[in-house]
Amino acid sequence: MSKFFTSSIGQKFFMSITGLFLMMFLIVHLILNSLLLFGDGELFNQAANFMSSNPIMKIVEPVLALGFIVHIVYASYITLKNQMARPQKYKVANKAKASWASKNMYILGGLVFVFLVIHLANFFWKIKFGTVAAISYDGGQTELHDVYGLVVGLFKGWWWYDALYIAGAIFLFLHLTHGFWSAFQTIGWDNDKWISRLKVIAYIYAVIIAGGFAFIPLFFLVKYVV
Amino acid sequence: MKIKLNIWKQANAKAKGKFEKYELDGVDTEMSFLEMLDSLNEKLIKEGKEPVAFEHDCHEAICGCCSLYINGHPHGPGSETATCQVHMRSFKDGDTITIEPWRAKGFPVLKDLMVDRNAFDKIMSAGGFVSIDAGQAPDANANLVGKIDADKAFDAAACIGCGACVAACKNSSATLFVAAKVSQLALLPQGKVEAKRRALNMVAKMDELGFGSCTNTGACEVECPKGIGIDFIAKLNREYLCASFSESE
Ligand code: HEM
Ligand code: SF4
Ligand code: FES
Repeated sequence: MSKFFTSSIGQKFFMSITGLFLMMFLIVHLILNSLLLFGDGELFNQAANFMSSNPIMKIVEPVLALGFIVHIVYASYITLKNQMARPQKYKVANKAKASWASKNMYILGGLVFVFLVIHLANFFWKIKFGTVAAISYDGGQTELHDVYGLVVGLFKGWWWYDALYIAGAIFLFLHLTHGFWSAFQTIGWDNDKWISRLKVIAYIYAVIIAGGFAFIPLFFLVKYVV
Repeated sequence: MKIKLNIWKQANAKAKGKFEKYELDGVDTEMSFLEMLDSLNEKLIKEGKEPVAFEHDCHEAICGCCSLYINGHPHGPGSETATCQVHMRSFKDGDTITIEPWRAKGFPVLKDLMVDRNAFDKIMSAGGFVSIDAGQAPDANANLVGKIDADKAFDAAACIGCGACVAACKNSSATLFVAAKVSQLALLPQGKVEAKRRALNMVAKMDELGFGSCTNTGACEVECPKGIGIDFIAKLNREYLCASFSESE
């Protein structure tokens, strides 16, 4: 069992478990964000404030951060080690048909990571440590962070942020088209029948998640800017 | 027809190699790829030059020796074929053919296009065997094997250990080879005894010998001359994970 953490399959096991966990998080995140699309923001603000003040989030937040860290650390280690397994490269690169995403997972993940840092600086940091305007829906009895205002302000004020968020969704889409089914393959939950099915489900999942995240900036772009 | 060749030449394991250009006239479309190389070597010998070293043996796609990386494909053009089954009709007059050895840390080049594939034997010795009772041969029907398992085991057993999966993989991973061997034995009653230790030891050996890890690109299954599918890699992962969580050693 001690060898498990350093073995090729063991390391991939942790990548896949953290990947599956992050994919579940994306579902929850998208559902909450979709509230941005309805009404004047009260619904979203209620939900966002409920989430940030919820004691469960005190546990979920570090677990989520840990999920990202483990995923990224193993990704970097595996990618480096795999590069060293071919000290002398080919003159003619292999032409076998394999999806572009599957061969560029580290680059795609890296781009997702760059997006993630900017995204955290845009919202998470401001909500946690900065100043977010207060808003009240019951005549001043309870004050809520106006996260809706923050989001709309960003997407309304700078069109390149809309472009950036859409680009982030595209990188995530490509990462997920391979990552989704690959995670099942890694934990052994796959066979000759399920490979093609899982690849289809991967595309459906990636379209819904990335399409959903890209739709939100598009929605505000059309609503306010165009 | 006339073809141009761009071939990796390397005097020995330690030497620094480089690509050498050759031109070969009078190549018949019905020649096999290996016969074409033979005729190149005859020409080189007549000219007093050093022939190109390459490996081949059975010429019927069962020994796994003919490890040539041709124009970006292990075993050259065509699917489910070994180099020894490639014919010159797959090429056109005037084509340039680039031939390289397998490139992997686990398969060091010995000379020109020949690599040392001993690493696969080491992986096999680590667990690719079964224990059987000594004495008289058992009745053929003494061990019952389900039809599906028998077929799957047979598919896996088709692996000839050629190493094309390693050559094709961007990570130089030997996972498809190990998956075929582990699955073949794990599916049959004779292989059940050592199943757990086999999965653990063969994977540990593969890692130790410097092969990369699988990132599920699927390039290996496209290039495998025996059509071994990556569903066997899922099976290997299953075997390995179950063994890791249950084996007390
Ligand atoms: C929301 C964010 C992310 C999600 C949902 C996600 C999901 C996944 C999933 C499910 C896999 C498949 C695991 C497997 O093959 O077993 C994967 C693989 C991978 N991820 Fe991510 N990932 C995310 C972010 C990142 C980041 C930030 C990086 C790194 C810089 C990264 C790098 C990789 C790499 C290199 C692989 C391929 C590893 C391999 O196949 O060996 N990912 N990801
Ligand atoms: S799995 Fe296929 S490519 Fe790999 S060694 Fe076996 S026969 Fe060759
Ligand atoms: S020479 Fe034996 S497989 Fe090609």
